[in-house]
Amino acid sequence: MTKADLVEVAFETVGCSKKDVAEVVDQVFESIKCALEKGDKVKVSGFGNFTVRHKKARRGRNPQTGEEITIGERNVMTFKASQILKDAVNSGGS
Amino acid sequence: MTRSELIDEVTSKASNFTKRDVEVIVSTLFKSITESLGRGEKIEIRGFGSFKVKDRNARKGRNPKSGEGIEVESKRVPFFKAGKELKERVDAGAKPHSED
Repeated sequence: MTKADLVEVAFETVGCSKKDVAEVVDQVFESIKCALEKGDKVKVSGFGNFTVRHKKARRGRNPQTGEEITIGERNVMTFKASQILKDAVNSGGS
Repeated sequence: MTRSELIDEVTSKASNFTKRDVEVIVSTLFKSITESLGRGEKIEIRGFGSFKVKDRNARKGRNPKSGEGIEVESKRVPFFKAGKELKERVDAGAKPHSED
């Protein structure tokens, strides 16, 4: 499934211009990205939470060459699925 | 940011739509992703990331309270991988706020 498929489904439910629906779908993901960029967490009830975590710098090793490298401090994001989403994944056609 | 704050923000930027429309679209969006994952499909959103299902094998676990050994059955878990743009923006962005 791609964004185009998501737009298609949303378009079938609201039934306005597909171009407008596509804009709203884009805006949804853009708003989530903006919030995360600001270091906010995004909680979508019934779906899951997107959170940003700060990672301290640490010593790492290139697994291919064995060479030691420093991994700088950085921000990463994590997604934690809600129980509803977890259940949906486990009940569906396994 | 909560679901309703997300809806408010999107509504303020999408002039052609009422809040009600945006609510419907947002619900449909997350519902479609959920259903698609339920079918074991992968969802890819360019610039944002991809959702997929990972299999977890059965394993022997332990009840942390009683110390009793139990069988944990194999299961499937939803998984999200951030896309390149999202990763870069999060890394370049502000440090996470400590409060919830």
